[in-house]
Amino acid sequence: MAFCMRISRNFIHTLKSKVGFFRRDLTPWLTSPCVQIFENPDPILQTNVTRFTSRRFESIKAEEQCSSADHAQVLDFPGGKVAFTPQMEFLSESPEVRSPCYRVLDEYGLSIEHSSFAEVSKEVAIKMYSDMVTLQTMDTIFYEAQRQGRMSFYVTTIGEEAINIASAAALSISDIVVPQYREPGVLLWRGFSLQEFANQCFGNKGDNGKGRQMPAHYGSNKHNYFTIASTIATQLPHAVGAAYSLKMDKKDACVATYFGDGGSSEGDFHAALNFAAVLEAPVIFICRNNGWAISTPLSDQFRSDGIVVRGKAYGVRSIRVDGNDALAMYSAVHAARKMAISESRPILIEALTYRVGHHTTSDDSTKYRSADEIECWRVKRDPVSRFRKWIESNGWWCDETEMELRSSVRKQLLHAIQVAEQAEKPPIRDLFTDVYDVPPANLCEQEKLLKETIKRYPQEYPAHVSV
Amino acid sequence: MLGAARQKMLGQSLQRIRPMEKVFRSYSSAAKQMTVREALNSALDEEMSADPKVFLMGEEVGEYQGAYKISKGLLDKYGPERVLDTPITEAGFTGIGVGAAYYGLRPVIEFMTFNFAMQAIDHIINSAAKSNYMSAGQMTVPIVFRGPNGAAAGVGAQHSQCYAAWYGSCPGLKVLSPYSSEDARGLLKAAIRDPDPVVFLENELIYGESFPVSSEALDSSFCLPIGKAKIEREGKDVTITAFSKMVGFSLKAAEILEKEGISAEVINLRSIRPLDRSTINASVRKTNRLVTVEEGFPQHGVGAEICATVVEDSFGYLDAPVERIAGADVPMPYAANLERMAVPQVEDIVRAAKRACYRYVSTAAAA
Repeated sequence: MAFCMRISRNFIHTLKSKVGFFRRDLTPWLTSPCVQIFENPDPILQTNVTRFTSRRFESIKAEEQCSSADHAQVLDFPGGKVAFTPQMEFLSESPEVRSPCYRVLDEYGLSIEHSSFAEVSKEVAIKMYSDMVTLQTMDTIFYEAQRQGRMSFYVTTIGEEAINIASAAALSISDIVVPQYREPGVLLWRGFSLQEFANQCFGNKGDNGKGRQMPAHYGSNKHNYFTIASTIATQLPHAVGAAYSLKMDKKDACVATYFGDGGSSEGDFHAALNFAAVLEAPVIFICRNNGWAISTPLSDQFRSDGIVVRGKAYGVRSIRVDGNDALAMYSAVHAARKMAISESRPILIEALTYRVGHHTTSDDSTKYRSADEIECWRVKRDPVSRFRKWIESNGWWCDETEMELRSSVRKQLLHAIQVAEQAEKPPIRDLFTDVYDVPPANLCEQEKLLKETIKRYPQEYPAHVSV
Repeated sequence: MLGAARQKMLGQSLQRIRPMEKVFRSYSSAAKQMTVREALNSALDEEMSADPKVFLMGEEVGEYQGAYKISKGLLDKYGPERVLDTPITEAGFTGIGVGAAYYGLRPVIEFMTFNFAMQAIDHIINSAAKSNYMSAGQMTVPIVFRGPNGAAAGVGAQHSQCYAAWYGSCPGLKVLSPYSSEDARGLLKAAIRDPDPVVFLENELIYGESFPVSSEALDSSFCLPIGKAKIEREGKDVTITAFSKMVGFSLKAAEILEKEGISAEVINLRSIRPLDRSTINASVRKTNRLVTVEEGFPQHGVGAEICATVVEDSFGYLDAPVERIAGADVPMPYAANLERMAVPQVEDIVRAAKRACYRYVSTAAAA
């Protein structure tokens, strides 16, 4: 109703300027007959004058709009003025040119001319590279451990080390990280030890998750890293809720949440982006577009130009980045963080990369993609070696330090696995705790009965599990 | 007379420490009338005023004053930062509420009905109920999910389902269902203060019903214990358990049964999870007969769980098989006459109680 009134006012003003005689405000024109028009007929109106004014007024209005040159060409609609067009044009479903991808280092690790990127100090660069190597080595060794039957399950991050580490490096420890499940590197950067990773994977007494979850479902309050859940994309609205809470508390921090190309198909992705924009929440959505959702390739996942174009649909500022370029990732996240906090808005970053490993140890990706494709990305576009070339070109790294790092990390990991494997499992009482804040009566009773049973039949229960 | 007055004073002061005792008079004599709607509104208002971390989120809760006017006046009082009108995405705003709760706020998420909450049930179960356990205590979820549950009047299949049994089966959740205004006030306050996720099942048809509330219940620190049922009416021949609207029906049935010489004890469950098994069993041990009443579908319903718990703990005390009264095993029809037959009525409860007392009424007569 409201905008109809405005059109009519525009029309009335135009009429006024042409005819210049309306003595009364005509805004309630829809309800009351416009008698005064007939008292002083206008040449345009004269031909079509009848007693039944409202309907007549409408058709005259259309005629008026067509004939008038300086007439209203815009629609004042919620959200801003919308220009009219007489040409029927559909927006194309795919752009002629895809959104460009921000990259700073070429395949040889050399910085591209005229590139803009955030400065990275030697210390930070070395830590970034060391953590990327550590992550890569941890993945290799833990994967092997699973294949040997020592671990039940594992999720590798091979090929996505730059996304993990570089994004973590650009955040501060007060920023909350809400991961999917392929971001252990962020936790590694924040100080989660190799032993702690191994403990969680073996579900032993040292696991701060008390052996409740499958391997690779890390979580640590101390490191501001929400505990991983297997459900896809559910973390996206959680991230928005947490960001809204940060905003209400006026904290100088944001939330960074990660998801894959497959996760962007979930309803939660839509809800999260939409809400983040409406609530003006300081959250960075980082999409690891790695080409595969288990065996589903991108062509079966969506038909849009990736995920970056969707940001615009929700009113979210977005950028596409080369996910295998650690420096570009760092710069993009660094800038996104500043915008998210200072302008209190969500930012979407689509990082293009490749899932070099299998989806998890329960998958064999050679069954649905060519070994050549995997090899190409693994060797030619490896983010770790690319970054290594850059730090070497700065004189911050050399072969010796490389060898030292790799052998040291490998030793630490093998030791961590050994310790984790032999460590005691969590006590039986951890079966019953944390269901609620206070254990309920029925669980207390069951725990008591179980303890009594174990005491009575000790030979039936494993000796190395404490009660 | 004197004794009664002393007992009343003692009762009021000890109410909070003593577990729910069987009292003849449900409410104190100086009773004020309050609708369930007012009770919920006042509870929300007081909890939001007491704790700045509490905030309300849902469709139409702000400008519209609430789809059922439960949140009337709250937007004006607390502002848009604490009373959030959301777009139509149950999954979205439930997820956001859970995320805010992970961070440390205390959201109250309103669903226009729990039928719509099915679109958000993944967040309720997987993200809220299980998180404290899965994260080993690192992520607590002090959230309340509330809204109308069960059948309204003439709203058809997709707006009438009762979810008490679904949520009641989930460890990690607490599930409450108030009947009277005092229930509504005390349980909602308890739910908001509770550190665990709580599903709060209201009933649209009772929102406008008025109940007397004691002066104690009007106090802003009033709170009812979660997990304790209330004996609405004492009796000795048959136990009738019910929750929400069915408590009213059961009380009416008890009146009818009284005239026929059957003294029914009506238990208002108040809490679906944790279920107050001790009160139910103590009652059955006294009466030896049990009728469970609920509006929801019969299979795997609340009554099934109550029956199982009584069989487990008080089998020897049962003099008759447990009778279950539930909604019809069909999606809720719309036509008024069909709807009436799909939901338990007072006559059904009376008949079931008589059957339990071996005053047999053939089921053919019921058709």
